[in-house]
Amino acid sequence: MDLHLRPNQLTLLISAHFREIIRQPAVIFWGIIFPILIALGLGIAFTRQTDIVRHVAIIDDPATPVENGENTSRESVSLIDAMLDKHGEKIAGTDSATPRYRITIADDTLGKTTFIFEKSDRRQAIVRLKRGNLAVIMDEQNGTIQYHFDPANTDAQFTYLKLSRLFNRTREEAPEYRQTVRPLTLPGTRYIDFLVPGLMAMSIMMSCMWGLSYGMIDKRAKKLLRRMVATPMKKSYFLISLMTVRIAMNLIECTLLFIVAWIVFDITIQGSIPGLFAIFLTANIAFCGIAIFVSCRTANTEIGNGLVNAVVMPMMVLSGVFFSYHNFPDWTIGFIRKLPLTMLTDGLRSIFIEGAGFTEVLMPAAVLLAIGGFFFSVGLRFFKWH
Amino acid sequence: MHPAPVSRSDDPHPMIEVQNVYKSFKHVHAVRGIDFRISKGESVAILGPNGAGKTTLMEMIEGIQQPDQGDIFIKGKKWKGNEKELHRIIGLSLQETHFIDRLTVFETLALFGGFYGLGRDRVTEIIRIIGLEAKIKAYVVNLSGGQRQRLALGIALLNNPEILLLDEPTTGLDPNARREIWSILKNLKKHSHTSLVLTTHYMEEAEQLCERIIIVDNGRILKQGTLEQLVEEDSGERMIDFALNESTGATPRQWAAAGFNIRWDTPGMNGAIALNAIETQLPEFLQFLKQNHLSLRHLECRRKTLDDIFTSMTGRRLNE
Repeated sequence: MDLHLRPNQLTLLISAHFREIIRQPAVIFWGIIFPILIALGLGIAFTRQTDIVRHVAIIDDPATPVENGENTSRESVSLIDAMLDKHGEKIAGTDSATPRYRITIADDTLGKTTFIFEKSDRRQAIVRLKRGNLAVIMDEQNGTIQYHFDPANTDAQFTYLKLSRLFNRTREEAPEYRQTVRPLTLPGTRYIDFLVPGLMAMSIMMSCMWGLSYGMIDKRAKKLLRRMVATPMKKSYFLISLMTVRIAMNLIECTLLFIVAWIVFDITIQGSIPGLFAIFLTANIAFCGIAIFVSCRTANTEIGNGLVNAVVMPMMVLSGVFFSYHNFPDWTIGFIRKLPLTMLTDGLRSIFIEGAGFTEVLMPAAVLLAIGGFFFSVGLRFFKWH
Repeated sequence: MHPAPVSRSDDPHPMIEVQNVYKSFKHVHAVRGIDFRISKGESVAILGPNGAGKTTLMEMIEGIQQPDQGDIFIKGKKWKGNEKELHRIIGLSLQETHFIDRLTVFETLALFGGFYGLGRDRVTEIIRIIGLEAKIKAYVVNLSGGQRQRLALGIALLNNPEILLLDEPTTGLDPNARREIWSILKNLKKHSHTSLVLTTHYMEEAEQLCERIIIVDNGRILKQGTLEQLVEEDSGERMIDFALNESTGATPRQWAAAGFNIRWDTPGMNGAIALNAIETQLPEFLQFLKQNHLSLRHLECRRKTLDDIFTSMTGRRLNE
């Protein structure tokens, strides 16, 4: 009797949870359509060759020190003025009294870069820099052009390099080395190739953590768990059914995301398909296990929100979903690599864009499986059904 | 109809036996030494106001809570180690349960039926019993409060339970929905030997559905017995409900001096008076009104109710 009954219970539970999810249109939107929209939006934003426009302030108040102990001289400003008068195009400013110049560097390969130069007093320039309206502030001292910008801001660094190259070339007429830029647009080297596996990983984590944790806390708060365990239902079947449905939904979501990315951006899977399934499945198990552990006691959805956020937010920031985690300090990298989301994103990227084989993802898959098994067991041990 | 079994404290094989049970939560002593037995086929109401300890007691019988002290036996077995077997013979309805919003009535019953290994036939039968044929394809979220409670009752009845435990099955329902639940339970009593335990603070519900009533308050049993035993124990007292047109005729001191056993609903205006010898005491009461120039707006003589008994023991009303 029991042997016959158990599979039936599991099937019924899976069927009930699946219906519960697919009958909510919002779930379809947020679970499936939203990640695709993010991929499309970011993919298009980062893959289109766009013209770059950067604003630069020229300090025009000689009495004001630009930095402590330094003074500018009125005569020295003429270096920049002379260059702007010669190569720049005078354009109308927001304030007719303030002259503005435009210099455009044409580049068929990388796109146009346009600099808008605007004279300003130091205070106003600093305010605009703080607001993010400016990339670089320029002035001159004793015939030397000075660039002021935040060295930690990579965009400001990029602007500085382009500006200094522009000024050096125009001032010194220095001979240029023959060089060409060959843009890498092959599949696997673009930002979208980096982004799509990251989005899949994030989607898996979010779906498991919010879908499972929140769902269980809600069922506990509504006393549905209490009612269900007052029957001969096998408790582990209840949790396994929730996990099964969640993994199936994630598979559908990720498959659709991949299909859209394949059609729109020509994304390909360069590595092992079985390896991809292994890392996908074990990561799902890991996040489902963590979700069950996180939601094993509380019946309060507010507390549940906090707990889930405490787990997902650090990983969202650190695990390199949108940008490489190698920008973080070296001493953090070892820790970041051990996070489940990092293992998943790294695993997916290695298969998608590096062509990794099955054996190369075996270790992270095994670790993810162990994480899932551990948290599932502990969560089940302390699970509060009443 | 099956004859109503008589509860016997010496029943050697009670379906439920509660032995001197205590349960506390932090600073609240919810249950303080409760004893009773419930026989096969017996229907028992645990009647008491909110906070009396009814739900805690019920949850201990359901195996959800463990007593701090004392024992509970279901068919002679403790919960520990026998959960699987006991879950199969018990049907229960919690005070408030939300089922999965977007499952239909049929799917919800089929899911719970599946836990007992029951098929579609039993589900269809239950839907007929609880009168939700018209809602068979309706999502649970779209059911009214009464319909949801009937669904909860249907789930409790799925496994044809030997023991049915209902925690305030009609609280919050309108009178019509309440009567529909009563009708289902009365039919069940006619056609089965199920032992029924229900908690309620509606005396009418206890009177309608149960042969035995256990009145609890502050975690203790105040009184128990059949309705007749409880009501007649006070040797045929009658109650007079009355309402006056004005409250200025007699001072509280005068009312107290008159010696009537009055329970005021609105002091000096309306209340109920308990009379042992109505033939002599009613004329005395009317004479008192006349002497104090008080005129009656309403006067009604009735039997004592459970609410009167509860009030006489605690000074409070059941539904307070």
